[in-house]
Amino acid sequence: MSADHHHPHHGHDGGHDPHAPVNEAHGVAPESALLERALRELLIEKNVFSADDLRRQIELTESRTPELGAKVVAHAWCDPQYKARLLAEAKPAIEGFLGIDLNLTPELTVVENTPARHHVICCTLCSCYPRAVLGIPPAWYKSPEYRARVVREPRAVLAEFGTRLPDGVEIRVVDSTADMRYIVLPLQPAGTERLSEKELVNLVTRDSMIGVSVLSAPRR
Amino acid sequence: MKAVFSPGDKVKVRAAEVATHCRTPHYLRGKRGVVTRVFGAYPNPEQLAYHRLGVPYQPLYQIEFDYQEVWGRSEHATVITADIFQHWLERDR
Repeated sequence: MSADHHHPHHGHDGGHDPHAPVNEAHGVAPESALLERALRELLIEKNVFSADDLRRQIELTESRTPELGAKVVAHAWCDPQYKARLLAEAKPAIEGFLGIDLNLTPELTVVENTPARHHVICCTLCSCYPRAVLGIPPAWYKSPEYRARVVREPRAVLAEFGTRLPDGVEIRVVDSTADMRYIVLPLQPAGTERLSEKELVNLVTRDSMIGVSVLSAPRR
Repeated sequence: MKAVFSPGDKVKVRAAEVATHCRTPHYLRGKRGVVTRVFGAYPNPEQLAYHRLGVPYQPLYQIEFDYQEVWGRSEHATVITADIFQHWLERDR
């Protein structure tokens, strides 16, 4: 690092040191950060919850990743009876299979993509997302642009994600406006029927479970 | 509160204006749709937002809207679904 001080113009990302200590979280307005801190300290002071309760909840939230959803999807592809249960009543089917507790989390519904019907999930009012199963939503999912455009011009938005659906495929834009959170069961790519469930898990991506992409068979 | 609509029923979202918190998107107010799922009853978010109990719980429905009904122009094979509480719905015809 000290060597760089003698060569400030040799083209390192505008002189920014990528290993410099991080002083503040990116993208959080100072007033929002202040408001969060004031509210958090008050709630803890008034014994609404403890600092450890909060830490535990953050740890739990951040432990949830799209891999959980991928396991559910692969299992549904391999077991038609499980798939039927998952589509009928997602929460108990996911709890039972993954062994996680979804008791305090919002309701869940799984919608199935077929060769004739493609679902894409959004929340036009805020950023509702199946966090309990897919983890923290991607930044674009929360952006005003995605939320406004996906309901107005879904085919154009999907094309920007690199997803072009045949004209015959119906697009269903699923706006999560209330207590229900949605997960897409993507279409299993052709040519993957002989893969093991474990191999299938690795195929399933976050974006395919939001519905902005479709899955393809692994390249050989 | 009992669910009064069933899958297949034609409904219209009330075109009301409210100044307080609510979960019925503006772009769907006054639009006609069809009930596709009945989800059971949930605390009314318009009360929950103000520290009330949300009673009576409101039945929640998934409603399917044709693209043209929502945006006034046609778009090939495109449908929008949203989840709307019963007190925002009226029977269409």
